Amino acid sequence: MSVVLETKGLTKAFGGLVAVDDVSFQLQKGELLALIGPNGAGKSTCFNMLMGQLPPTSGEVFLGGERINGLSPRQIWRRGVGRTFQITATYSSMTVIENVQMALLSHHGDVFKFLPFAHKLYREEAMALLDMVGMAEQADRHCAVLAYGDLKRMELSIALAHDPQLLLMDEPTAGMAPKERVALMELTARIVEDRGVSVLFTEHDMDVVFAHSHRIMVLNRGALIAEGDASEIRNSPLVQEVYLGGGTLFDAEEDAHA
Amino acid sequence: MEFFVAQLLTGLANASSLFLVACGLSLIFGVTRIVNFAHGSLYMLGAYIGYTLMQNLPGAVGFWGSILLAGIAVGIIGVLVEVLVLRPVYRAPELFQLVATFGVILVIQDLTLIIWGPEDLLGPRAPGLRGVYRIMGEPIPKYDIVLLVITPFIALALWYLITQTRVGVLVRAATQDREMVGALGVNQAVLFTGVFALGSALAGLGGALQLPKGGADLLMDFHILAPVFVVVVIGGMGSLPGAYLAAVIISVLNVFGVTYLPQSTLVLMFVVMVVVLMIRPYGLFGREEVAGEHGQVGEPELPIKPASNSVRMIVMAGLALLALLPVFGSSFAMVLTTDILIFCLFAASLHFLLGLGGLVSFGHAAYYGGGAYIAALLVTHANSPMEIAFLLAPLGAGLAALAIGWVCLRLTGVYFAMLTLAFAQLLWSLVFQWGSVTGGDDGLVNIWPSDWLNSTTAYFYFALLFSVGGILVLRHVAHSPFGYALRAARDSKRQAESTGINTQKVQLLAFGFAGFMGGLAGTLFVFSKGSVFPNELEIARSFDALIVVFLGGVKTLAGGVAGAAFFKGVEDLLTRFEYWRLVMGLLIIFVVIVAPQGIVGSIRKAAIRLNILKQGGQT
Amino acid sequence: MQRKTFLRAMIASAALAAMPLATWAQDTIKIGEINHYKRLAAFAGPYKQGIELALEETNAAGGVLGKPLEFIFRDDQGEPGEAVKIAEELMTRDGAVMLTGTILSNVGLAISSFAGEKGYVYLASEPLADSLVWGAGNKYTFRLRSSTFMQAAMLAEAAAKTDAKRFATIAPNYAYGKDAVAAFKENLLKLKPDAEFVAEQWPALFKIDAGAEVQALERAKPDAIYNVTFGPDLAKFVRDGTDRGLFEGRDVYGLLSGEPEYLDPLGDEAPEGWTVTGFPWYDLSDGPAGEFVAAYQARYDDYPRLGSIVGYMTVQSIVAALEKAGSTETEAIREAFEGLQVASAMGGIEFRAIDNQSTMGAYVGTTALQDGKGVMINWEYKDGANYLPTDEEVLKLRPAE
Repeated sequence: MSVVLETKGLTKAFGGLVAVDDVSFQLQKGELLALIGPNGAGKSTCFNMLMGQLPPTSGEVFLGGERINGLSPRQIWRRGVGRTFQITATYSSMTVIENVQMALLSHHGDVFKFLPFAHKLYREEAMALLDMVGMAEQADRHCAVLAYGDLKRMELSIALAHDPQLLLMDEPTAGMAPKERVALMELTARIVEDRGVSVLFTEHDMDVVFAHSHRIMVLNRGALIAEGDASEIRNSPLVQEVYLGGGTLFDAEEDAHA
Repeated sequence: MEFFVAQLLTGLANASSLFLVACGLSLIFGVTRIVNFAHGSLYMLGAYIGYTLMQNLPGAVGFWGSILLAGIAVGIIGVLVEVLVLRPVYRAPELFQLVATFGVILVIQDLTLIIWGPEDLLGPRAPGLRGVYRIMGEPIPKYDIVLLVITPFIALALWYLITQTRVGVLVRAATQDREMVGALGVNQAVLFTGVFALGSALAGLGGALQLPKGGADLLMDFHILAPVFVVVVIGGMGSLPGAYLAAVIISVLNVFGVTYLPQSTLVLMFVVMVVVLMIRPYGLFGREEVAGEHGQVGEPELPIKPASNSVRMIVMAGLALLALLPVFGSSFAMVLTTDILIFCLFAASLHFLLGLGGLVSFGHAAYYGGGAYIAALLVTHANSPMEIAFLLAPLGAGLAALAIGWVCLRLTGVYFAMLTLAFAQLLWSLVFQWGSVTGGDDGLVNIWPSDWLNSTTAYFYFALLFSVGGILVLRHVAHSPFGYALRAARDSKRQAESTGINTQKVQLLAFGFAGFMGGLAGTLFVFSKGSVFPNELEIARSFDALIVVFLGGVKTLAGGVAGAAFFKGVEDLLTRFEYWRLVMGLLIIFVVIVAPQGIVGSIRKAAIRLNILKQGGQT
Repeated sequence: MQRKTFLRAMIASAALAAMPLATWAQDTIKIGEINHYKRLAAFAGPYKQGIELALEETNAAGGVLGKPLEFIFRDDQGEPGEAVKIAEELMTRDGAVMLTGTILSNVGLAISSFAGEKGYVYLASEPLADSLVWGAGNKYTFRLRSSTFMQAAMLAEAAAKTDAKRFATIAPNYAYGKDAVAAFKENLLKLKPDAEFVAEQWPALFKIDAGAEVQALERAKPDAIYNVTFGPDLAKFVRDGTDRGLFEGRDVYGLLSGEPEYLDPLGDEAPEGWTVTGFPWYDLSDGPAGEFVAAYQARYDDYPRLGSIVGYMTVQSIVAALEKAGSTETEAIREAFEGLQVASAMGGIEFRAIDNQSTMGAYVGTTALQDGKGVMINWEYKDGANYLPTDEEVLKLRPAE
């Protein structure tokens, strides 16, 4: 198996506060890797560094062996990294399919074209992507009227528009009903399998994490404290202490977005 | 040294009215997020009401009582304005209220003229405060000393109100998070009205307090507006200490400017504003604005679709009809239509930025007037034939827009808007001041088209071709990948950036493109009128376009053009009547209230409701 | 959908514009009058009354060329572009035979340029800009009122007679102010080559920071001050200057400061001892000017301002031109204006053939307080003909025709 994403000693300090502390991990091709941890553990900061939104204080990020830290989000995206947001970020004035077409336009380098009609470009490709996430029937609806779960699926199809090798998903199921969560993660798992894409995701919902991830990393106070498959993590005393003894309960996490 | 101190004191005294008016505006903005353009009108009313009261109340008690009463009276007027005009439109798209306040300006102008007449009123002297105190040998008017002493006390009283009382806590909470105040169980409507009343009263107080230093006249509403906005922006929108500090800085710098750079009187404060915003993008004490706060509040915009065949047929028929105008219309009809067409193109170019890009430019006249001036300068100084000028002027305007946009796009929201205004104003002062090249306010004359175009009919066709052509190009670009990217950058910068779209570049290019089209409109204008004056670069011109775009409907593709055609036509009719501004103001307020989505937006909504138009798409 | 609305609005306004408006009054000779009635109502109002008085008198005496004379008044909103549109409407739709009016120089220049291009006669009644008949002059544009240059020359003449050497100027920072200072300097230096200009202050129009300006002037310690500010600026300048003792022991020359439009709002704070140009209507009882003042007061129960007599003389000039032309054809009117002699309310004036400027003069006098009001005393009417540059210089200024 080849390594898609690798970090070495990734560290971010805000003044005296070290949000992410010497995090090193590898993500293999076709792997669905979960990054979990209590609130404030540094998951989002970590994510933002991977996507180029924040420069690391020290450490390095490699994508397919190439160093990518220091690159802008746009450049990282161009190298085949897609992402979804914790709170959906969509173009609310467009239809569902236009949202996807927009990503395709960018991918094909057509953003600065003035002549063609945008809605006619890459429609079939976009439709195929929507079909993959089960949104084809809703393609021409105004995205502002969609249910939240549908928006999440639409966002997933946007993230897949440039056929990325790596997908970063920041709490993909946040704000969704339990049933929808399972459906979305099943969809994601299927896509990982079908397209050979690798996924790194953060998640609060432990059911989702244990059911779908191939491997789990636990972050606490900025540092990786455990890594392994579902049963290893479940049985890790360190993790139990963080979650059960440290005051931040699995259940409490649930409440946060119930 | 003595001279220096005397100047400092003069500056501090001048800061007084400026501070009062500015802090009122700042408070109103902080809490209600309304950019109240009628604030200058409230200041003017304070002066007039104060004047009338002073005529009737004798002595020192009467004088100071009049000032206080004028403040209270203007506060009550503010309540009326808030309840009658603004409250119905709080839910409207952001900045739409700005248009309503513009209507209020027009109404107050005419009402003031009707009530107090056209003559300037010389402000009464403060009893017992005629003459000067000698400070280090320099004469300082007694009233100046009084002003500079009481202003800090008023500032302190306000500070106490805001920081130490329950009302103040609510006001501050509302400034930071409007929803939270609702959650605290406070009646938001009452809070807004109260703050508006307080802000208005401060403006009225400022107007009455300056009476002994000047008087009341019908132009003072607009004259105070620019400095007040500059002060509020430099201080940081919503910040009281910021407003005070900025008022002092501007006033004191102005005094020194008058002495050491007497020609600087037009530009100084705008230069200061640009410098401050470059260093501190949110003013001295302002907080960063949450992105999106100013672009797209309210109902999301509907998706766009190119016009259907039937619509295209109608448009073609309409254009054919317009093309036949020389056959059935008078020469004046052609001139008027040319004016309207040019204005439509100008409005459409702003709408492109504002509607599709969510970029609220307060200084779009820079490119319209800029285009007009480039053409006129080429003709005047290079003897350029019209054709060359016609080619180069829009390009020049586009380049200017790129340069200005490059600086302004670092900011967002109101600060962005104010910076665009500052640059337009700098350009205006350059043209105004540089008489040897630009003719100053005597303008450039005898800029006529080449012979083949010089008849009214020929130029009408020319303007028709380029205006309609320009509008169609703007429309087409809206449907192109670039137009989509522009909307993407507006709707979600986050998503756009993380799917590889360089939003900064997209917006900058859109700025340049809109500038180019604005410049094209300006070029058409200058050759249709034969002359150009700094008026075409003024704030008022920027606002003409801004108002019609809002009234037409920001969130519709045709809003800019429809609003421009409608209001330019109405204006031509109304200006024949004596109190047309009153009628125009009421009309604007009426449209704002009954059609909060603009004329086009509201018609479309009605059509959808009546099932004439299908839900879910706009053409 | 939206496009339809746009078109409808467009067609509606076009249709309205195409409708003939004043068909009922076919048998009059119409003059198109454009002015800034709204924002400058204090000036435009008396001016309009002057016109209406003259019209009533003219028409009572049988009109012109056997027809009643009629003015169509339109507001330019202070916008040159708007004024050009209105000018077109007046000439092509309303059937005006010529244009007149405007108080703002930029509007006057815009109409002048338009008139020159389209071949319409334009009598600029009030705008003062020198370039109107010189740098930007054309053969269709005539100007009635004595220009900035002429009035500044009159004050320079008065200033040259004193011992003052060090002069300071204060003028609004726009074309009129700059022209006024330049003309004063030019004329003063001609008469008094050793005069020195020690300070030039340029407050923004109607945004004067009076305290600072006064301090700056005081700092330069001039012997005399030349003031061009007017309106609310003048009020603030006078008030601050008086308080701070700026005018004590100094000669002050005020351009237009003696016009009732500017002097009256100052009330009992009007400056005393300034040498000014203005309009001392209260002293005018003889001759044509006296007749005008009496007629005006009888008609309106109000006293005339300078604008009133300018309006009155505008009509007198147009009547004279029409009668001399014997026709309402543009070319005939234009030719009639060249060298036209008018027996006006200020006496005989001539529209000079060389530059289309009339020789209307101005009253120059000293300000004083009488009954709590500013007036001009020791005034003298100066004939404008004596305060114009030589023909040679004028020809150099005017573009070749």
